[in-house]
Amino acid sequence: MGQTLYEKVFDRHVVAKLPSGQYQLLIGLHLIHEVTSPQAFSMLDGRGLGVLMPERTFATVDHIIPTTSQLRPYSDSLAEEMMAFLERNVKKHGIRFLSPARGEQGIVHVIGPEAGLTQPGSTIACGDSHTSTHGAFGAIALGIGTSQVRDVLASQTLAIDKLKVRRIEVTGSLRPGVYAKDVTLHVIGKLGVNGGVGFAYEYAGSVIERMTMDERMTVCNMSIEGGARCGYVNPDETTYRYLEGRPFTPKGEAWQRAVADWQSLRSDSDARYDDTVTLRGEEIEPIVTWGITPGQSIGVNGTIPREADFPVNERGIVREAYEYMSLQAGQKIRGTKVDVAFIGSCTNGRLSDFEEVVRLVRGAGLTVRPHVRALVVPGSQAVRRAMIEKGYDQILIAAGFEFREAGCSMCLAMNPDKLQGREVCASSSNRNFKGRQGSPTGRTLLMSPAMVAAAALTGEVTDARELFHVS
Amino acid sequence: MEDVKRIVIRSRGVPLRGNDIDTDRIIPARYLKTVVFDGLGVHAFEDDRAQLRAAGKTHPFDDARYTAARILVVNRNFGCGSSREHAPQALIRWSRGLQAIVGESFAEIFQGNCVATGMPCAVVDSPVAEALLAGIEKDPSLELQVDLQTLTISAGPHRYAFSMPEGARRQFMEGRWDSTAELLAGKDQILATAARIPYFSAYAADDGTPRVERTL
Repeated sequence: MGQTLYEKVFDRHVVAKLPSGQYQLLIGLHLIHEVTSPQAFSMLDGRGLGVLMPERTFATVDHIIPTTSQLRPYSDSLAEEMMAFLERNVKKHGIRFLSPARGEQGIVHVIGPEAGLTQPGSTIACGDSHTSTHGAFGAIALGIGTSQVRDVLASQTLAIDKLKVRRIEVTGSLRPGVYAKDVTLHVIGKLGVNGGVGFAYEYAGSVIERMTMDERMTVCNMSIEGGARCGYVNPDETTYRYLEGRPFTPKGEAWQRAVADWQSLRSDSDARYDDTVTLRGEEIEPIVTWGITPGQSIGVNGTIPREADFPVNERGIVREAYEYMSLQAGQKIRGTKVDVAFIGSCTNGRLSDFEEVVRLVRGAGLTVRPHVRALVVPGSQAVRRAMIEKGYDQILIAAGFEFREAGCSMCLAMNPDKLQGREVCASSSNRNFKGRQGSPTGRTLLMSPAMVAAAALTGEVTDARELFHVS
Repeated sequence: MEDVKRIVIRSRGVPLRGNDIDTDRIIPARYLKTVVFDGLGVHAFEDDRAQLRAAGKTHPFDDARYTAARILVVNRNFGCGSSREHAPQALIRWSRGLQAIVGESFAEIFQGNCVATGMPCAVVDSPVAEALLAGIEKDPSLELQVDLQTLTISAGPHRYAFSMPEGARRQFMEGRWDSTAELLAGKDQILATAARIPYFSAYAADDGTPRVERTL
């Protein structure tokens, strides 16, 4: 009986079985940021402990950084304090800081892969639930809490249970105008926001195999929204082509050895899975969320479902969603007026996301509707530089978008980028929770970057395929 | 935080109905702008509470009948969303400090964070959650007892079974839910495991200097 990649990589990194029955798992790459690390460092200080493998820890600042100007000190004194705290901690412990000053800053899940730090067959931990993103490379990538950040800093290991593995096969191909974001929202819609609890998701099938690394990252990124702590794709030629030559990947002969090793870690053809789900790529439409969980979604031409369409124990949150979103069953989502458009985040803030938006916006010859505030926030300084080099900034600005500095921005609004009052935001981010985008009553509609662009240009939820004549 | 055993938790309960209550609701992101966990308790469910107040209703966390409660009772997929440990850190600092959560299911990272904060999450069947919620709503003075030894919850004359990951249960029972010391005890094994894994040496350049020194 063969093994899955998850089992092979997990087994390789097991240090010991703990008295509790959990495993002690060695972590190959620890990524930290300013929000979930300060208390961990303080706990280390309180116990007189240091960082065991500082060379395996990389820091950046992403959640609180302003996107209008990265100049210090930040106008928000709390944000400035967090940044200063991070700077002190990385200096004290000899941790490499991928900093704004060096032009290496960005959303932690964008810069890890960019730098080639994210590698197949590795274990990756970060105090951020969207660490699942890195699974796109065939890594076991786990979001952890602050006490676990402390554990990884101190011991480079985690106490953890072994997950079951569900293979999610997306067969066939996607129709034109359907994106990786739609695939991941479709998976969550089908399996539910807690369907993945206790599982690692292995994404497979021809749709996934044909995806670029950026697209695979979008899919793995939202595994956590389906309840799965990690999601991954088996590494292949696409993975290796992406990684080769990046700053932190092996070079020369070491590269050949690494690729051979990574190939051996792919799930075996006779691997046993705890569960298998097959979805047809052709059935996936451009998707928009209408509610307050990422599972409350419909096709762009669909209508808001009725309460009676849900099992009894889900009806409470459905009613809550109608009320919070001011939407009614039977209503079309298309035509819903939007006040804000946000393109960015660890889900959809990579160069290819903006490339697609620029291509569509340029072709349409339209500008952002006057009542819409449209933000384009690159996922990293490197993405931003590449956009400027290609002239995307000018195209987007001319079309009425604001072109910002890199960071998490309005995905969770810990910086000054926030919704106001009950504004409705068409957003390429990952969560439509109540209050998520900075206003306690703000409303979020999740969708692909192309769909956000269409909403920005028309002022309402629009089928991007029609607006941009995609067929 | 000192390690103490968590075997039996006895207290009144606070009922909080609803599936998929996410960590943004438990503690809104603006309160994550801090380098400590102190002071988070008063902000637990702040936006939900304000919205209910504005609608002329009362959130259980604002209900004077529940301020003495140290056991929270919830429905399904509680704590979904972000990995912020600030969520359980706020709950253990709310009012007198929550000590246990009973619910139909919990998001995985949240549950792990609860272990790290010393707060057991007990998983019960849906009818049991309903019975507990209704029981507390009817009589807020109802005493609950969560017993990790027997994996049972008592509420007045009733007794219900619950489950929790065995590893977590043992950690609470033995007072070893703070994992750092235990993990560090195996330091030699950590280094030996690292030495066996091919890529652990791959960040070093040929001359032995760690590749981290190179610029991107």
